[in-house]
Amino acid sequence: MSEQPYKSLKDLPRSHALSPGTAMCAGCGGLEALHEALDVLGRKTVVVNAAGCMTLLANYPYTPFHGSWLYTSMASAPAGAQGVRDALDILRDRGRLADTDDLTAVVLTGDGSAYGMGLSATSAAIERGLDFIYLCYDNEGYGNTGQQSSAATPHAAKTSTSAGTQGYAGEKKDLFAVWAAHKPSYVATVIGADPLDLARKVQRAAALKGPRLILALAPCPTGWDFDPGDTVEIGRLAVKTGIWPLKEYADGRIVHTRVPNPRVPVEEYLTRQGRFRHLFEPERNDALIAAIQARVDRYWDDVG
Amino acid sequence: MSRLLMTGNAAAAWGARLAGVEYVPAFPITPQTEIIEMLAGWCERGEMSARLTMYESEHSMVTGAASAAATGVRTFTATSSQGLLYAMEMVFAAPGWRAPFVLVNVSRALASPITLEPDHTDVLAARDSGFIQIHCATCQEVLDSVLIAYRLAEHPRVRLPVLVNQDGFHLSFTREPVDLPEEARVRAFLPPFDAHQAGFRASRPVSQVVAVLGGSPYSYFRYQVHLAQREALDVYDELAAEFAAAFGRHHGAIETYRCDDAEVVFVLIGSLAGQAKQAADRLREAGLKVGVVRPRLLRPYPASALRAALRGKQAVAVVDQNLSMGSGGVLYAELAGALQGCEYMPLLVSFIGGLGGRDIGDAEFFAMANEARDAARRREVPEPRLLYTARELRELRKLQAIAGTGGVQEETR
Repeated sequence: MSEQPYKSLKDLPRSHALSPGTAMCAGCGGLEALHEALDVLGRKTVVVNAAGCMTLLANYPYTPFHGSWLYTSMASAPAGAQGVRDALDILRDRGRLADTDDLTAVVLTGDGSAYGMGLSATSAAIERGLDFIYLCYDNEGYGNTGQQSSAATPHAAKTSTSAGTQGYAGEKKDLFAVWAAHKPSYVATVIGADPLDLARKVQRAAALKGPRLILALAPCPTGWDFDPGDTVEIGRLAVKTGIWPLKEYADGRIVHTRVPNPRVPVEEYLTRQGRFRHLFEPERNDALIAAIQARVDRYWDDVG
Repeated sequence: MSRLLMTGNAAAAWGARLAGVEYVPAFPITPQTEIIEMLAGWCERGEMSARLTMYESEHSMVTGAASAAATGVRTFTATSSQGLLYAMEMVFAAPGWRAPFVLVNVSRALASPITLEPDHTDVLAARDSGFIQIHCATCQEVLDSVLIAYRLAEHPRVRLPVLVNQDGFHLSFTREPVDLPEEARVRAFLPPFDAHQAGFRASRPVSQVVAVLGGSPYSYFRYQVHLAQREALDVYDELAAEFAAAFGRHHGAIETYRCDDAEVVFVLIGSLAGQAKQAADRLREAGLKVGVVRPRLLRPYPASALRAALRGKQAVAVVDQNLSMGSGGVLYAELAGALQGCEYMPLLVSFIGGLGGRDIGDAEFFAMANEARDAARRREVPEPRLLYTARELRELRKLQAIAGTGGVQEETR
C-alpha cells in the first residue's frame, strides 16, 4: 500500500486483490466498492463475512479472494473478527506468528447485518476497541432474498415488502451517526462511483488502528430496478443530488469530502430507478417527491 | 497433587487453567458465572497466561471461540441454558469448521416458565449439533473431563468442539473434594495445541467456512463430521485409559455400577447418578438386584457399550431429566433405538423427573425399580411417567388459588 495520499486516479493501485468472475449480479455496486477497497488494503487480509449477497463469493471450491476468508453468521461477523484478532495477537505475543504473517481483520457485510441483526455485535466490538475495518455494502434492502425492506431502505422506496403506492414508510437509519456516537477511530461513507474518494478513505482507515467503518452505498440493479450499465451513473447521481453525502469522521470531527454545489434535484436520481417509479407513474406524487427533496435540503442546510 | 474442596464451577475453571487455555471468550449467566469470574481473576493477576474477552452475547461468544480456535489458539468458553440456546446457531455451525475448543455447559432448565434450576433440556437441544458431549457426575469429573476434552477435540482423527456438561446447582454450587493434578503432569498428558496447517496467516491464505452448491458436497462435509464423531468413540477410550494411567482415575464412555448381576438397571446421566447408586444399594438390601448405567459420552453415542452393559437384564428404568414435548424422554428414545433388534435386551420403562430442579427421592427410585420389574414380568411397556406426587399437586393448587382463576389456558388432564 502506498504511503503517499492518492492525489488522482492515476495513483490508484494497478494490482488487484479480488479476482474477476464471481456469482455477483452484473453491475453490482457492492462488488465495485469491494474491488476498490481491497485494491488499497492489499492481500494481507482476513475477510470475516456475515450472511448476505457476498457470502456467495467464496463458493466451494472457488474464491476470488487472494487473502483469507471466514464466514460466521448474519449476526456475529464482528465477533468473529474479535476472535480472529485476539487469536492473532496471542500468537504474535507468543512468537508463533511472524509480524509479516499478521493480517488485517475486515468485516464484510451488507446493510441487513450492518444496520440490523449485527448491530449489537458491532456496537460491542467498537466499545471493546477492536482493531478492525468494517466494510458495509449498503444496497438498502435484503438484496440476496429479493430486496425486502431493511433498516437501510430509504423513505418511499418500493421493495418486495413495501410495494404500495407510498413505498417504504420508514426512514433510512443513519448508521454513520450510530457509529460516530461510539467515538471509534474512523467512519466514512464512500461509493464505488467515486474511486478516488473511496481509495483515500480506505487508505486513511488502513493507517489507523481500532474500529473503522467504510460504509459504501451500493447501487443494486436487481433490487433498485435499473440497467446494470447505469451503476456508476446512479452512484454519481446519489452524490450529486446530495442523497448520499460523502464524509468522514475522525478525531471527533465530521468532514464532508465532497460537497455537491449546486445540487442536482433528487428527481434525477429517483427517475432512473424502478423502485421509485410509483412516484411518477401512473400519476406524479409531487408531495412525496417534495418531501424527499426537503429532507435532503435540510441535511445540507444543517451541515452549513 | 493437592486435594481441595471446590465447586463444579471452580473445577471447570481449574480444568481450563491446567489445560493451558490461551483464550477465553466470556459472557455471564447463572449458574455458570463463577467459572468466568475465576478465570478473569486469574488472568488479571497474571496467575493464568490467557486473554479473556467479554462478549455481548453468547451468540457472539461462541462465534469468537470458534474463530479463535480456527486461528490456532487453545480456547475455552462456558455457558448455560438460555445462553446455550441463544448461541445455538453458532453451536450448530462450529463443528463444521473443524476447529477444536471446549465449552462447559452448566445445565439449567429452559423458559418458559423461567427458572434458574437444573435439568437437561438445554444441553440436549445441542445434541444434534456435531459437538461432542461429555456428561459429568462429580466435580472431580468436571476438571478431568475438561483435560480429556482438549485431547479429544484436538485429536487429528476428531477435530471437533467438545461440550462438557455439569448440572447447575447440584455440581456447579456444591463443594466436593477434588484432586488438583500437578501442572507438569497435565502438560505431559496434554501438550500445547498443535493447530497443524489450520489458522490464518498472510503467507498461507485459507478460506474457512464457504458455501457449497447442491446436496452432494453438503452431504459429504456433514457426513465427515458424523464419521469424526464415530472415530471419537475409539479415541475417547484410548484417552480415558491414558488418563487413568497418568492420574489414577478412569472415566469410561459409560459408567456401570453393580450391574453384573443386576436384574433392574437405572439409566440416567449427570449427577443424579450419585443418588441412583445409593438407591441401588438400598434396593439390594431390600432384595432387588439393581444397578446403574450412566453414559458419560452422549455424543458420540456409546451404543455398543450400552448394549453390552444391558444385555440379559430384565428391565431398565430410564430416568430423563428432560422432556421432548409430544414424545417423552430423550435418553429413553435414544436407548430404545440402540437396543432395537438386538437379542436378550431388557424392557425399557420411561420416567421423566427432576425437571427444573425437582428432587427425586429414594422412595421414587424404589417405585421406579419396582414398576420396571413388574412391567418386565407382564411384558407390557407403560406410558412415560412424570414423577409428580399427589402432595405436590395439592401444593400447586394452593399456588393457583393465590394466582387467581384468570388464566388464559385451561388445564389439560
